[in-house]
Amino acid sequence: MNGTFIINGNSRNFTFPSDATLLQVLRENGYSEVKEGCNQGECGACLILLDDELVNSCQVLAGSAIGHKITTIKGIGDIHNPHIIQDAFVESGAVQCGFCTPGMVMATYYLLQKNPMPDDNEIKLALSGNLCRCTGYVKIIQAVKLAAERIRNEG
Amino acid sequence: MKDKFDTIGKSIRKIDSLGLATGEEKFTDDFDFPGKQNLLHLAILYSPHPFAIIEKIDTTDAEKMDGVVDILHYGNTSRVLYTSAGQGYPEPSPYDMVLFDKKVRFVGDRVAMVAAETPHVARAALEKIYVEYRQLEPLFDMEKALNPDAPKIHNDDEYMPIPSVYDISKNLAAEVRINFGDLEKGFSDADFIIENTYSVQYANHCVNEPHSAIAYFDERGRLIIISATQVPFHARRITSKLVGLPIGKIRVIKPRIGGGFGAKQEVLLEPLVALVAIRNKRPARLVLSREEVFVSSRTRHPMRVKLKTGVKNDGTIVALDMDALMNAGAYGSHALTVLANAGSKVLPLFNKIENINFVGRTVYTNLPVGGAYRGYGATQGYAALNQQIDIIARKLGIDVLEYIKKWRIGEGETSPVFEALGEGKEGVKQFINSCKLDECIDRGAKAIGWYEKRDKRIRNGDKVRGVGVAVAMQGSGIPRVDMASAYIKMNEDGSFNLHIGATDIGTGSDTILAQIAGEVLTVPVDKFIVRSSDTDLTPFDVGAYASSTTYVSGNAVRICAQKIATQIISVAQKLLDCDEENLILDNGMVRNIETDESITFERIGYYAFYEQDQFQIQAGASYYGTESPPPFIAQFAEVEVDTRTGQVKVIKFVSAVDCGKAMNPKLAEGQVEGATLNGISYALWEDYKFDDRGRMLNSNYSDYKIFSAADLPDMETIIVESYEETGPFGAKSVAEIGINGPIPAIANAIYDAVQVRLFHSPFTPEKVLEKIQNKK
Ligand code: FES
Ligand code: FES
Repeated sequence: MNGTFIINGNSRNFTFPSDATLLQVLRENGYSEVKEGCNQGECGACLILLDDELVNSCQVLAGSAIGHKITTIKGIGDIHNPHIIQDAFVESGAVQCGFCTPGMVMATYYLLQKNPMPDDNEIKLALSGNLCRCTGYVKIIQAVKLAAERIRNEG
Repeated sequence: MKDKFDTIGKSIRKIDSLGLATGEEKFTDDFDFPGKQNLLHLAILYSPHPFAIIEKIDTTDAEKMDGVVDILHYGNTSRVLYTSAGQGYPEPSPYDMVLFDKKVRFVGDRVAMVAAETPHVARAALEKIYVEYRQLEPLFDMEKALNPDAPKIHNDDEYMPIPSVYDISKNLAAEVRINFGDLEKGFSDADFIIENTYSVQYANHCVNEPHSAIAYFDERGRLIIISATQVPFHARRITSKLVGLPIGKIRVIKPRIGGGFGAKQEVLLEPLVALVAIRNKRPARLVLSREEVFVSSRTRHPMRVKLKTGVKNDGTIVALDMDALMNAGAYGSHALTVLANAGSKVLPLFNKIENINFVGRTVYTNLPVGGAYRGYGATQGYAALNQQIDIIARKLGIDVLEYIKKWRIGEGETSPVFEALGEGKEGVKQFINSCKLDECIDRGAKAIGWYEKRDKRIRNGDKVRGVGVAVAMQGSGIPRVDMASAYIKMNEDGSFNLHIGATDIGTGSDTILAQIAGEVLTVPVDKFIVRSSDTDLTPFDVGAYASSTTYVSGNAVRICAQKIATQIISVAQKLLDCDEENLILDNGMVRNIETDESITFERIGYYAFYEQDQFQIQAGASYYGTESPPPFIAQFAEVEVDTRTGQVKVIKFVSAVDCGKAMNPKLAEGQVEGATLNGISYALWEDYKFDDRGRMLNSNYSDYKIFSAADLPDMETIIVESYEETGPFGAKSVAEIGINGPIPAIANAIYDAVQVRLFHSPFTPEKVLEKIQNKK
């Protein structure tokens, strides 16, 4: 199969087998910031935005995403110009091994777009599809709150 | 003791965290490397049987498939006995496995491996390998392993590389015995005896990044291995032996790794990718699937502990008899040392007991393989001891917190167990230099509301609340075994390269070690260019295990930085033309304390590089610990038990930890929080389910549930600082200890709520309900 995707604002064309998942196609084409933790839709390491929806890219056939807009963690900020959320994760000590972080950041990004002032329970629920074995989630939740506050103050 | 620090004790941002949060940092499978377009993809064929001999293996059809390049199995690989345990040399674990064996010993044991042009072909080829098995009677029940008529799982040529009990005619992978005083007399002096049997279950580390490794050749034909490992130097050594390439021809690089917790203290994939690369002169990559991680990597060793204590009415424990039986699974990785730690990290905590007997045995079964797992035996031992202490205190009618404070080990004290029981050899006598356990207990009790809640059985409909406590200690590295080293050089602008063998597995050790060097050299962390865990570029370190990095590697860095400081001062002395004694490092400069004259490191750097008696300011240092100062923890659980369903919910969990001086409080808290939640998840949910043929039934996250953010109780972590004189700037370890308390604290809280004792984790609704109903 062959198709064009709009990834982080750039149009990219790839050839791939028809049964390839979006995760596979992304990782094989240099988007290694999207992680694979289970390939079963259960860990959230592979979360991306597909158009404006948060999806586990391991559960999406690449073919079905042709022509669509894909946002990975690199699409929301980079090392020179990090997004408030990325910065908040760093500052809160929410990044240990960091393997879950891309997925966590995407889930947070999605949450804060829908709900700029989430309470603890809303945050926990929004992150419930993202497994993290390192942090015990405590500092991740703090990071989300910090990011929400900073985004509100900016806006 | 220094009480004012510039860098130590500050929650500096972890140096790799922004790169991780923006997806720039690379994990093993994220790398581009020479020849990647020529990569061989690997797939492994696993045994479907728990115990069998491979009579015949026919790969003809698979070989004929388009894209299949190589197939490895016992018939075409050499039989080199080894252990996958990534420990120092010689490893204190039995040499009981080979890369591909004629015998398979658990469902998930390696049978063959295909190397192919695509992952798809590699997997498809597995179906075309025909294996004829002669099934043998399997052994699943560890309690039966020592019976004379039990099936024998291992062969005669397997052996223990160190002097230690190892008897494959009994399926005995390890045995440890210690004995002090007169047990019989102790029991006869007792006013009452408490005897119980406890057990903890299989569990998986659930590292977020599955095990992964890549091997390729560099432009000079050396083999490069990129691996998600906690032990790059041990991985290099063990791989060298297995693939027949000298150590000097192999380079192991540990990039960012997605969680370790002991799972990656195993040399599992490196020899496999290396062997394929060598055989085919092509790069090879292997990344395990989640199912493979569950079934065929490593696990928490299940353990059954019989604990018998003789107690006097004044609370004195006059005799303690501990019998630990540990299930190694099919291979004995860490079989001796995890077992020994169930005694050595546990018994010294109550050091006033004069008559002690500890018998530990690790046995083989045809089940998944145990290995290193955060807590490493202490978790298993403390699950039993802390419940026993709770039972004793209740029987005596006194507050368990007061009981613990009265009988715990304290500063200036020792325990004969330290000396008797080491890791694979005798231990090391040591005295406790720092112990703030009482303060941990007091502050934790306050945070949980102990005195308002204990014994109150606060009820809300069917739900009853209770609180429980557990205490623990761990170690800081393995004394007289672990060695770490560091190398520092100064650049002419006053920045430094810090090269360490230490392995940051997400813990933040790259940052903390830079903080330690920065404290000595009076410069901030961003003055260090940190490179770690690359066997070509960094000096040796045993790796990230045994809670060793901050203490052992940290001491190496401290010593190394002090050497650099001396050199800087010697140059400054020439420039300032004064007595060296008057010179100190101060804020990235050298200052003369008499004249207050100072010069910058930059000035010193340029002078040393370009002006006179030119030399590189540089130093290396090693540290070899002779002590292993234990951190201490008190952990409190508040639970709510639903008496109708048996459901246990953790409402609040408090951990108060004495880790010496916390080098970076946020990172220290993060270690405790992560370990604690892993422990809670283990206490309540996690377990391996097997069918009657030893096949794991729940090898995915929907059937093997771990805690998510939605399940998180109210967690509070309190750092109770002490100052450990032997540690770098007062530090002890912190990474493992938090996982020891949840099982017993929750069990004790369940008792407080509903007066039933759960001796066997996980505390599932079925078990709890059954206990509640039996009580009625
Ligand atoms: S990799 Fe997609 S959810 Fe785990
Ligand atoms: S930081 Fe390691 S899994 Fe979340």
